[in-house]
Order: sequence, then C-alpha cells, then structure tokens
Amino acid sequence: MDDMTSGDIQESGVSSAEGASQSISAGDGPPKMTTRNVNVFYGEKQAIDNVSIDVNMDNVTAFIGPSGCGKSTFLRCLNRMNDTIPIAKVTGDITLEGEDIYAPQMDVVQLRARVGMVFQKPNPFPKSIYDNIAYGPRIHGLASGKDELDHIVETSLQRAGLWNEVKDRLQDSGTALSGGQQQRLCIARAIAVDPEVILMDEPCSALDPIATAKIEELIHEIRGKYAIVIVTHNMQQAARVSQRTAFFHLGTLVEYGVTTDIFTNPTEERTRDYITGRYG
Amino acid sequence: MPNSGTKHTVKAFDTDINELRGMVAEIGGRSEQAIAKAMRALQKSDLELAAEVVREDKLIDDLERRIDELTFQTIALRAPMADDLRELIATFKISGVVERIGDYAKNIAKRVPVLSQGKKLGPVSLLPSMSQVASELVHDSLEAFARRDAVLAEDVSDRDQVVDDFYTSIFRATITHMIENPKDIGQAAHVLFIAKNLERIGDHATNVAEMVYFAAKGEQMPERDKGENPADYIADSNIDNKDT
Repeated sequence: MDDMTSGDIQESGVSSAEGASQSISAGDGPPKMTTRNVNVFYGEKQAIDNVSIDVNMDNVTAFIGPSGCGKSTFLRCLNRMNDTIPIAKVTGDITLEGEDIYAPQMDVVQLRARVGMVFQKPNPFPKSIYDNIAYGPRIHGLASGKDELDHIVETSLQRAGLWNEVKDRLQDSGTALSGGQQQRLCIARAIAVDPEVILMDEPCSALDPIATAKIEELIHEIRGKYAIVIVTHNMQQAARVSQRTAFFHLGTLVEYGVTTDIFTNPTEERTRDYITGRYG
Repeated sequence: MPNSGTKHTVKAFDTDINELRGMVAEIGGRSEQAIAKAMRALQKSDLELAAEVVREDKLIDDLERRIDELTFQTIALRAPMADDLRELIATFKISGVVERIGDYAKNIAKRVPVLSQGKKLGPVSLLPSMSQVASELVHDSLEAFARRDAVLAEDVSDRDQVVDDFYTSIFRATITHMIENPKDIGQAAHVLFIAKNLERIGDHATNVAEMVYFAAKGEQMPERDKGENPADYIADSNIDNKDT
C-alpha cells in the first residue's frame, strides 16, 4: 500500500476522476469501510483510477455502471479477492473499522470472514445444506459444540429466509436446491461466520424475478446488521435495494450519492445518460 | 442535470416521448385557440362561435385522456429515470392543467348568450386585453415545455401578476358598476366570472411553468414575489360593501 497514514486517510477529502467533486460519504454514522485513492492495475492496464468511497452499516450501497467499468474489480478490493489474480496490483488505502486491510499483518482468511462475499452464480459446496452453513463456523472455531453449531445453522438459515423451506431436509445436498434457494444458502453461509460486511456481486443475475424479489427482501431484512455492498447491472434493482449508489465508468467513480437523488436528479451528465438509457 | 437531447439507445422510447410532446403541443394550441375564440365570440356577440368553443372542448378532453394513457403506458413499460421520469410526470400533470384551461374557455363561451343581450357593460372593455395576457402566458408556458426552458418558465410565473392586476381592476370597476346600476347585477356577475376564469387561466399557466421548471431542473421553482393578491381586495371590498 501507499505510505499514507490513517490520519491522512481521514483528511484526504474528495479525489476522483477528472476533478469532478462529489461526496464520498456513506451518510450518517461512522463508516464501516473507507477507501481512499484506490487504483487497480492488471499488468499495464489500469482498471480502477483513483476511487474514494465510504460504506456504512445503515445503508445498502449499490455499484452500477456499464460492463468493464470496474465496479466488480473495485468490490473485489474490499476483501482482497484481487490477491488471487497474480498480475493485479492494488494501491491506495482501504480500511475496515479503521484497520488497513492491506497491512502485512492482516490475516486474509480472517478478513474474508469479516467481509463475506456472494457471487453471481450460486456456488454452494457439494455438501449437505447443514454442512454448507456449518463449514465456516467450524474452520473459524466459532462453535464450541454440536448444539451451538445447530443454533448457528438455524439462525443463519432463518436470517437468509430459507429455514422454513429446508428445515426438514438439512442433510440433503445444497446443490439440489433451486437457484434462488442456493443463492440464499450462499448468503446464509456468509452470515454464519458473523461478518461485518457482505459484498454481493450481481447476486440475482442468474435468478428469476420471484427469487430475485426474495433476495431483495432479504437484503432489506439484514440491512443495518451488516454493511452491504451490491454490484448490479439492473438499475431498477439498485434503485429498489440501496440507499447509496455509486456510478462507475471507465474505471472512475463518476458520482456517489443518495440513491433517490441519483435516480431522480443526478448531478453528472454521464450518470444521467447511463441511467436513462442514453449510454453508447 | 437537464435533458441534453441525446437519443436513447432504445429508439422506441424516443418515439413515445416525441409523440407525447406532440400531443402536449396540440392540447396547448387547442386551449389557446379556445380562449381566443371565446373572447371573439364575446366581443362580437357571435353565438355560433361560442357554441363551437363548447363543442370543441370535447377534443381537448379526448387529448387529455390520450396523453394520460400514453404517459401511463410509457412509465409502465419504459421504467424512465431522472429527467425522463420528471418529464413524464410533468406531462401527466400538464395535460390535466391544460384541460382545465380549456374548461375555463368553454365556461366563458357559455356566458356569451347572456352577455350578448342588451348594452355592453363598461368593465367588459378590459376583458380582451386581460385575455390577451392570459393567453400569452398559456402560449409561453407550453413553449417553455417544448424547449425545456426553465428561464422562460420563471418569466411566465412572474408575468402572472399582470393578469392578477387586471382581475383586481375589473373586479373594482364591476363592483362599482353594480352599486351604481343595480339592474345590471345579473350581467355584471357574468363579467366577474369571466374575469375570474381568465385569472384562473393565468394561474394554470403558472402551474404549467412550475412543472416545466421541475422537469428541466429537478427541483421546485423558488417562490416568486407576489404583488397584491386579488383575494385580499375582495375581502376588503366585502367590508366596504357592508359600509355602503
């Protein structure tokens, strides 16, 4: 990481593409995660250009933008998923509760438990429903016995709105569930390790409208318990589920603000052209 | 962030919006024409022309219904955002307001037969100039809509005061005439209603202007400085009347 101290992080105000000034604030309440002047390079190619943004617990934050704009790349910086790509290089400052997540002493496995992730395609383990949920708490040593583990499995499935549908078949394979149920299983799996932040990368793009509505309702239910960041291609979905929206374009953050403002009266012309369907 | 005129990727959306703009221009044009015809009928005591205004109001009503249907469909099918959404909401409300303007013109036309009997009352001479100003406000508010022109919209809102001042003058003159010529009270009441209709037309033009401003800028038009409110004078004159 750059040699900026956390003091600098707090003071380095706005910096974004082309000098456009806009809010980086997540709104009221202390930010759960802060990012300052983040750049991502894939080899020579710069995928993210100087992005600064805060997210907090009170608001669901949506990242929108055309394909290739960098929104997923940026999301993946928040739990160091880009570490798995050898040519990826991340600079700038990203903190979780004030802690630099790219600091050498940061345990990446622990970090990914605190900052969970749900992907586009549901990816349950080829194990039972029960074991899908119990896996994380077991490896992180979060349960001291069978009863406690049962409790974690039940509450996680309840929070993910799946308990009533699977409580009588916890030993069935997770992969036998429907797509929407599998995605809620993946959210339950993320919840099971008691994360602080949940990142969702197009969690509904493989789901039908009813399964999508259930996920959106679930996001609404768990808002406030976790800081939630969702990347979506579906602008209506961003409008429905989020309180803060960030619009990315060509690796830059064009505009970040209150979702109702972004969708009724955006400040930047590029945002307007994108959300009204005048892009490209 | 106002509309830059850039085309939508889905061209059918632009087709819908252009069709709506065309219909708003048409309903506006018809309403202006209705005011002009009603006033000409009044000045020339032309009962046939007055009847035509009443008949043609149905066309305005039909247009309003068609605008509302297409706006409703477009919102449902295109899920508009930002300036598109604001424009469609404004279109929906403007069609209702302009239809009301047509109703006021029709109401003026309906009074022509009564006022064409007997001699013209003095205050009637002020009505054509008042209607001229009110009509210009209607025209300019719809011009502002067509051009997404928030500045012209503010100008319309400011000029409504001229119509209000006319109303206050006509109100005073007519009340005086009534006091001096009690036998004309029936006709004079019709003159008052016509002046009131024109005053309301000015207000509705201002409503259109406010929606144009909102559609263009995404915020409400700031409160304008208002001069003398005709309603204040009416309240005062009631007291005066009691004393008389």
